[in-house]
Amino acid sequence: MAKPKVGFYWCASCGGCEEAIVDLHEDLLVVAEKIDIVFWPCAMDFKYQDVRDMSENEIDITFINGAIRTEEQEEMANLLREKSKILISFGACSQIGGIPGLANFHDRDSIFQSSYGSTCPSVDNPDFIVPQTKTDVPEGELTLPAFHNTVKSTDQVVEVDYYLPGCSPAPYLTLNAINTLLAGKRPEKGTVLAPVKALCDTCDRKDSKPDKIMLKDIKRVSEVELDPEECLLAQGIICMGPITRSGCTQGGEGRCIKANMPCRGCYGPIPEVQDVGASMISAIASIIGIEGEENMSDEHVEKIMDTVVDPAGTFYRFSLATSYLRRKLNDYAKDNN
Amino acid sequence: MSKKISIDPITRLEGHGKIEIFLDDDGGVENAYLQVPELKGFEQFSIDRPVEEMPRITPRICGVCPMAHHMASTKAADAVYNVKPTETAEKIRRLVYNAYILEDHLLHFFFLGGPDFVVTPSAPPGERNILGVVAKVGKEIGLEVIKTRRQIREIVTHLFGRIIHPVGGLPGGVSKPLTEEKRQEFLQKCKDAVGFAMEAINIFNKIVLDNDEYVKLVTGDIYKHNTYYMGLVDDKNRVNFYDGKVRVVDPEGNEITKFSGLDYLDVVSEHVEPWSYMKFPYLKDIGWKGFTDGKESGVMRVAPLARLNVSDSMPTDKAQQEFERMYDVLGKKPAHNTLAFHWARLIEALYAAEKMVELLEDETITSDDIRNIPTDTPEEGVGIVEAARGTLIHHYQTDKKGIITAANLLVATVFNSAAMSLSIEKAAKKLITKGKLDDGLLNMVEMAFRAYDPCLACATHSLPGNTPLIINIHQNKDIIKTIRRD
Repeated sequence: MAKPKVGFYWCASCGGCEEAIVDLHEDLLVVAEKIDIVFWPCAMDFKYQDVRDMSENEIDITFINGAIRTEEQEEMANLLREKSKILISFGACSQIGGIPGLANFHDRDSIFQSSYGSTCPSVDNPDFIVPQTKTDVPEGELTLPAFHNTVKSTDQVVEVDYYLPGCSPAPYLTLNAINTLLAGKRPEKGTVLAPVKALCDTCDRKDSKPDKIMLKDIKRVSEVELDPEECLLAQGIICMGPITRSGCTQGGEGRCIKANMPCRGCYGPIPEVQDVGASMISAIASIIGIEGEENMSDEHVEKIMDTVVDPAGTFYRFSLATSYLRRKLNDYAKDNN
Repeated sequence: MSKKISIDPITRLEGHGKIEIFLDDDGGVENAYLQVPELKGFEQFSIDRPVEEMPRITPRICGVCPMAHHMASTKAADAVYNVKPTETAEKIRRLVYNAYILEDHLLHFFFLGGPDFVVTPSAPPGERNILGVVAKVGKEIGLEVIKTRRQIREIVTHLFGRIIHPVGGLPGGVSKPLTEEKRQEFLQKCKDAVGFAMEAINIFNKIVLDNDEYVKLVTGDIYKHNTYYMGLVDDKNRVNFYDGKVRVVDPEGNEITKFSGLDYLDVVSEHVEPWSYMKFPYLKDIGWKGFTDGKESGVMRVAPLARLNVSDSMPTDKAQQEFERMYDVLGKKPAHNTLAFHWARLIEALYAAEKMVELLEDETITSDDIRNIPTDTPEEGVGIVEAARGTLIHHYQTDKKGIITAANLLVATVFNSAAMSLSIEKAAKKLITKGKLDDGLLNMVEMAFRAYDPCLACATHSLPGNTPLIINIHQNKDIIKTIRRD
């Protein structure tokens, strides 16, 4: 029997997702024997034309990582969708926009200004030359892909079959997913191939998470020495554990909590969550208490929430591109090119 | 009408990279351009973030060397708050940082750039990869590479939470102490790593130095550029990856400046070209004179060879012996031989392993005193480290609450951007004549580029160790020939 054909592609990403696949170590060699890798630009020669020449659904499984920021990336996502039976959105950038999605707080002009303009203190560029899609040089013409105004997740561009969450996905999750699919199993379309439980529910510190947390204010990790065993929320630290999917701390992986640092939500939301930031705010509001009182007044809650610095950049750290906030930015983008 | 050769996608740095080579009417190389077609805009979206969160955001610039950004960011946060890490915290930081350099350098030598040498530059592309290396040096050594890298990466995972996008650095310290039990375990692993780093150097010496043809290639003119060099040194002018002052030497090896912190703005400027998203840094005093080398040009180089060139010696014994051996063979310091970056990389790997042993032999590294809580009002700060691929600068300004108001990032590979362009152009000019192109020649052009180990997720993740290449030769807008590398 012919081996299943598998493709990997990257869009706007850092390379950490590829590194995460390499981190399968010896397991990668075992997997590689069972599949036929037909497309992996980081590992082998390819041409876009090779993919164009394939027939529809010729690739059995394609993994796409990274967000969508350029025309070329959007084209490739469309092309690979057409040629793939199963398309897996791999990693946080692909699933929910990831860190590059934070660029959606800004537009192209301000990004160019801070990279190439006078607001960058080391740049010497009095004529404000910025990269162009076409440049005439003495020997001919040089081209660059255009820089889009907004960052999108993969499923905002094409239909996705499954998701592998995380920045970057834990190797054991990747291995499980590949083995599941190779065994012919087909989870329901749209499934996130990771545990459904919230991080809090699997956390080593969960026993110290009180139902109500008595807080006067929210603290920053730089301000306090953190107890290595007590729930971080109970210590007044914003931890995205209540609404973030678990999976990062299993399979022998060491992750943020194990280094005594709070979760920032890279595994994306648990199934019932629609908007990560809004859900996190209500999750925190619902557990903040005040000693001796059953419920805190809204005013009190608001006061405490006001002590969160950078709420948008914290609650939407990885998910801005797929948040309700983004839609506003999209409208803005439409009005402004 | 010029012919145009596109090498796309060769690699990536925050995306793919592309090399365009233009031929003149006689089939000689007229010019070569290295283009980086992607930008993410971290400087802009860092604004409004709390400074202590920057070490968790900036590693996403690059998943290949996230530790470098994490540490530069952590040190910049120290500076913003004017807080020093505790002694123990600094030792832990140095430990994980040297771990990163070691495993990253080993990856490059055995999987990426190294196969060019170990297997031979003219070997079929299908053999110029880790499997080819294993075939040449034996399976045992191949397995040893994987094991050593894994063990060293585990040290980082244990202390800083994760190897890809670590989280342990905080202004004034680190988030987790080292236990005595783990200290002993890691010490043994690092002792083994010293042995392995020595073995790697022996492999290089045996295969490369015992072969006259190789020595000629390394010391020859194809891969040579007289440039300035820049790198961190300690107070005795010895290589240091984590901290110190940045020393700059001219092409003759004379120190022209030594700086730290905000003074980088007096030394370095960045030039912008409309045909690349990547900027081109140069020495401000010398000025941007275009894509040219020599003492009159502000083009500088960073990364392993540059670091050794700016240093008087290595801080550890075994690495010092190898340092002396290298300059004996190359005959001159600074050495301008681009391919010697590979050699310098191995010497640095050995130093990193020796340094880790030294840090772990010190029992005080297990103290619980790992945090100094900042008390000063935050304002502005610069964090400088040596990434595996060269000097890396993070510069933040904040409001009184420590919220970023401006950020500037000078990334290691970018420091080498002008030099890489020069190296590609020179190798192309020397190797491609009368339009004659074959796979071996193109690999040798590519070697000029790969020696810098540019932070290309591509090359670094390249399991078969094979950077994909497509070369289209254009004439009057038609492709007249295509050469592919499989």
